[in-house]
Amino acid sequence: MAKIQVKTKINGEETEFLCQPYDTVLDVLRRDLNMTGTKEVCSTGDCGACSITLDGRLVCSCLVLAAETEDKDIETIEGMAKNGKFNVLQKTFLEHAALQCGICTPGMLVAAKSLLEKNKNPTETEIRYWLAGNLCRCTGYDKIVKAVQAAAEEIRENA
Amino acid sequence: MNEMDNKWIGKNTIRPDGADKVTGRAEYAADTIMPGMIWGKVLRSPHPHATIKSINTKKAEELDGVFSVATSADCIDFPVDTPVILGIQDIRWMARNVLAKEKVLFHGHPIAAVAARTEEIAEKACELIEVEYDVHPWAIDIDDAIKPDAPILHDFIKFDGRPSNIAGTLEHKKGNVEEGFKDADIIIEKEFETAAVHQGYLETHACLVSVSPDDKTTIWSSSQGQFMVRAMTSFITGIPQSSIRAIPAEIGGGFGGKTIVYLEPVATILSKKSGRPVKMVMTREEVMRASGPTSASKSRVKIGATNNGKITAAQGTFYLQAGAFPGAPIRGAAGCCLAPYDIPNAHTFGYDVVSNRSKVAAYRAPGAPIGAYAVECVLDEVAEALKMCPLEFRLKNAAKEGTKAVHGPTYPVMGYVETLEACLSHPHYKAPLKKLQGRGYASGFWFNAGGESSAQVNITEDGNVVVTTGHPDIGGSRASIANITAELLGIDINRVSVIIGDTATIGFSNLTGGSRVLFASALVVTESTNQVIDILKDRASKIWNIDKEAIEWENGEARPAGDNAGKFKPLSLVELAEKATPTGGPIGAGHQVNTVGAEGGFATHICDVEVDVELGIARIIRYTAAQDVGKAIHPAYVEGQLQGGVVQGIGWALNEEYIYNKEGKLDNPGFLDYRIPVCSDLPMIDTILVEVPNPKHPQGVRGVGEVPIVPPLSAIANAIYNAIGTRFYSLPMSPPKVLEKISD
Repeated sequence: MAKIQVKTKINGEETEFLCQPYDTVLDVLRRDLNMTGTKEVCSTGDCGACSITLDGRLVCSCLVLAAETEDKDIETIEGMAKNGKFNVLQKTFLEHAALQCGICTPGMLVAAKSLLEKNKNPTETEIRYWLAGNLCRCTGYDKIVKAVQAAAEEIRENA
Repeated sequence: MNEMDNKWIGKNTIRPDGADKVTGRAEYAADTIMPGMIWGKVLRSPHPHATIKSINTKKAEELDGVFSVATSADCIDFPVDTPVILGIQDIRWMARNVLAKEKVLFHGHPIAAVAARTEEIAEKACELIEVEYDVHPWAIDIDDAIKPDAPILHDFIKFDGRPSNIAGTLEHKKGNVEEGFKDADIIIEKEFETAAVHQGYLETHACLVSVSPDDKTTIWSSSQGQFMVRAMTSFITGIPQSSIRAIPAEIGGGFGGKTIVYLEPVATILSKKSGRPVKMVMTREEVMRASGPTSASKSRVKIGATNNGKITAAQGTFYLQAGAFPGAPIRGAAGCCLAPYDIPNAHTFGYDVVSNRSKVAAYRAPGAPIGAYAVECVLDEVAEALKMCPLEFRLKNAAKEGTKAVHGPTYPVMGYVETLEACLSHPHYKAPLKKLQGRGYASGFWFNAGGESSAQVNITEDGNVVVTTGHPDIGGSRASIANITAELLGIDINRVSVIIGDTATIGFSNLTGGSRVLFASALVVTESTNQVIDILKDRASKIWNIDKEAIEWENGEARPAGDNAGKFKPLSLVELAEKATPTGGPIGAGHQVNTVGAEGGFATHICDVEVDVELGIARIIRYTAAQDVGKAIHPAYVEGQLQGGVVQGIGWALNEEYIYNKEGKLDNPGFLDYRIPVCSDLPMIDTILVEVPNPKHPQGVRGVGEVPIVPPLSAIANAIYNAIGTRFYSLPMSPPKVLEKISD
């Protein structure tokens, strides 16, 4: 099968790759571009570990075909810290012990960032429902929710 | 050391592995690559039970892009009648679980594996492998496996002199239960069942293995023990342990499920035969079908008590399903279930039942939640019959220092009573409840473990510290070890780096499991650090030309003491490191030992539920977990252990279950149908860290990771009863079951 050439932007950087028509964005990120920060956990869109944003929209990269990303803007966990500095969520996750094994963390952070871009003052319930698609088996979510609340507060204070 | 003076112990420092994990830089096994790497895939059994008559791999080998094929013929042959014990595992079973030999024993049982240029080619080649089967009837559930005419999985396993699927038994006895029940004014006896549940670690099993022509083997894998990976791979492949270097990648959750191997020996064989590095990554479906889970169970518990609330006798019988090979955690069920109580007469039995499901693996306090579920629910009924508060009833019968436990030991200092008292005085205990809301209580116990650990503490040339231990960090142990090392040396936490060594760089260290890691590694790190401090004093003594004994180590520097006090300017760690070469050479020390003195852990939980009687959904609306944690070295990660354990217990109680269809195949091998708790299902999980230090540990550490999954099953069942007046004797209490029972 002939490979498809795709030109896209990943974390602000122009990127070209070749993919099979059936390759997902996750396949290409992890296998071909060596961007392994995005995690593969279920491959069926049930866990959120592979969360990225595509033109600003939160998606599971295992459910998007790589060939569909022509001329799109992809943001991954690798683009979250800017110029060697943590994003506020990365900082509050560390401060609030909101991670243990860390395998859900990249997806959780990408999803939480996407929430706070839309809603700087989410209620606990809004946070819980927004993150309902991001599974975590270690923390019981308690400290994750608190870290997101703390990040939201910091963003509001600095606004 | 005065508690109040602690600078790092008890502080919520930033975890050493944190920055890598929040940026995506942390390297898990599936993230590793090597030049020339090829991909391995596994052919799995389409039948739940069959004899393998033949395997023909010729067509697969001939497919373009295929490099090697592996079957059990490539493994060391372990006869079925000779045990080969490694820790709590038997390599006879492990080898057959990794690649089936005489028989396939569950749907998804690995039969062969292929390494090829791409995963797609490897998958295609697997389909070209021809296997001839003689298909047998199968047994999935315990009742089917123990009935008189049950299909027998292993002919050589005998029970009562006949071939049987009961592969092992265990009993604990204290006093005389018959007499004890005669003394009881009230006796309640009930039967319970629980479904098999999976550990649900999000990271699927993965490894990368490279074998050179001289058999030198490097394994990168995610596991709960690089030494376990080395030993099991060595046994199964025949490559000596000295030739295998097992490198622990970050582990994306284990919960007990990564204490055994699945892929590593297979990838080793494929790499050895192909001469190429081989990477294997399980799919979620493979994880669900062929790894873990923990046992399904059936149990019967009988408890008698006097009218004034003293338990006179207790009896428990627990059947735990082991899956394809012996090894159900009956000790956890029959051994832990009565541990919180001072009971004069007790008798518990455990039965290890094989059936045509994937071999069970350890899951957080293996077996203990199953035992506690039955016992703690019956205790709730007894307390109700006696019109006693369930917590007061437990307090009246609580085990204390000096109590002889049903499972054997006489307890040392322990904090079970304190957990009950903490719950009784917590605002949650008295908070009002609305209609269809209910409150439940339960306690739990886990043994905790010691075992072999090694550590090395090295001072860098610039006077900082690198600590190496041998246990994969699954719960934040690196953060706690950094706290302890910084405390002992009296230096800033940022000057301490903690890493997990591979099998070639640190001494033997047993598995991360049994809630042992911080207990054991803190012991060896403390001893190593104290040795380093001794060396540092020795170096200062050489520089000052005074006795080492006349020097004390305080606040990160050597100070002249006694008669010499004030005579010399203190020497800091940095200054001593700079002078290391002329004063005797590199500064570092290591310690390795079989640690002992791990004491058990106890917890008591309070749970509030609200039952939606229209939808059958029991929703957790408030949860408080009190636990004797010994000493919380890093409180936030101790809380994290409690919260995570509780939520796994909530999943077990309310939703999670392995569902098999009529063909003996798992029907829900993914997170859509196997529903673990999600963020919106839950409230905050409140914790009460009761600290009764373990006197046998330098920092007072007790294991904390497993106890919290023990009480939730029964706490939730008791809460649902309190809410709607219906008792559930079968887990999970999922919406369809709740609805059915309500409408009865």
